Amino acid sequence: MRRGIVLRLIAQGEDANVAALFYNREQPLERYNMADTLKAQHIAHLTSGCVVYSDMGRILCSIVADTCGWHDPLCGLTDAQLIVERYGATRFQEQRNQRFVSGREAMLVELGKYGLGERDLVANINFFSKVVVDDDGAMRLATGHSLAGQYVDLRFEMDTLVLLHAGPHPLGTSTTYAPRGVQLQARRAAPPGADDPCRTRCPENARGFINTERLYLGATGSAG
Amino acid sequence: MIGPAVAASDELVPAGEPWMGTLRRGQKFRIVDVEGNQAVDTLFYNADDTAEHYSAQNTIQAQQRIYLTAGTVLLSNRGQPMLRIVEDTCGRHDTLGGACSSESNTVRYALGKRYMHSCRDSFLLALARHRGPSEVGMTKRDLPSNINFFMNVPVTPAGQLRFADGISAAGRHVDLLALMDTLVLISNCPQLNNPCNAYDPTPIRVMTWDPA
Repeated sequence: MRRGIVLRLIAQGEDANVAALFYNREQPLERYNMADTLKAQHIAHLTSGCVVYSDMGRILCSIVADTCGWHDPLCGLTDAQLIVERYGATRFQEQRNQRFVSGREAMLVELGKYGLGERDLVANINFFSKVVVDDDGAMRLATGHSLAGQYVDLRFEMDTLVLLHAGPHPLGTSTTYAPRGVQLQARRAAPPGADDPCRTRCPENARGFINTERLYLGATGSAG
Repeated sequence: MIGPAVAASDELVPAGEPWMGTLRRGQKFRIVDVEGNQAVDTLFYNADDTAEHYSAQNTIQAQQRIYLTAGTVLLSNRGQPMLRIVEDTCGRHDTLGGACSSESNTVRYALGKRYMHSCRDSFLLALARHRGPSEVGMTKRDLPSNINFFMNVPVTPAGQLRFADGISAAGRHVDLLALMDTLVLISNCPQLNNPCNAYDPTPIRVMTWDPA
């Protein structure tokens, strides 16, 4: 995604889950950082008005619209062992492309296409999933949280390598492997103005936008 | 109760310094919050293959709970048990708050804070000094989500993150049993902008014991 593009993720069924990772397209050593995203905004979930921080104090993308209301940044991906334990073992030999795929392996395959790998696999965002944490720290995945047709709009503030995997949430309780699809739509966005709700959400985000716009000073066609 | 008299190693780590060491499987490792409410940013690696490291996500998934305490098994990114918390006189440790960096300090506090010392700088300095078993040097790629021992970072049911008053105190400690040969990387946090440590970073003590 080039900066200035809005990517809309549209859930194609109830309780969809779309795992997402973000890297600076020019220098992928700069990547999405869960902790910095949460700490800067004092949040443990993502929704409109929130931004997604890299580990370099810059904003990879902003959430400019959200009809779902809560996206999980805490729980990570499924791995092969979890998929087998919950849904059973499958192989391409028998199931062909209906085989069950873990989030970790799907991400490792896509990362490998860009010279990245296991060491680059950081904590991801799980769009369309809501995980509530009680006072003792226990986590619970809300069921019936997302509905078909709900969407979230990501406005990219940096040129970003985006990895998505539509697959089960790691805390899912269903024993049927039935990932919901996600439809993607991209469009051009107006650059974020001085009164942009993501920029004005908190002083931290105002500084994050300054850091980001400095990266692109003098860039051809710079939106900042 | 393990006593200092038989410790295989016993070191005081000043505030703002990194510490790196190796635990053999079966060894016990203690971190002491000497003066209270000190953040101890910690990462663990498979000593033989550092691409395998502590994973906050695997760990909280498995226990379906975000806080770490006695009984928690620290899992790697490959789902393998690395260490178990066997004793904890603090009661709760954070693994979502990450490590401070120069860059995140510019966002969280002020653009002009970039010069200030940070955990990530300590981590990178320790990695630069480290000559591991592999020919591949460790870099920023090898800094995933860490543990903040003695830090209290509650998540509310409404999905907010708070930086609450510390629940640790002088002399509290956490003991870990190594379930594999483990490389330990610590930054004794130098953060001066956050009330979590009362704006006063203090020393920690790290100790190891051989299996009985």
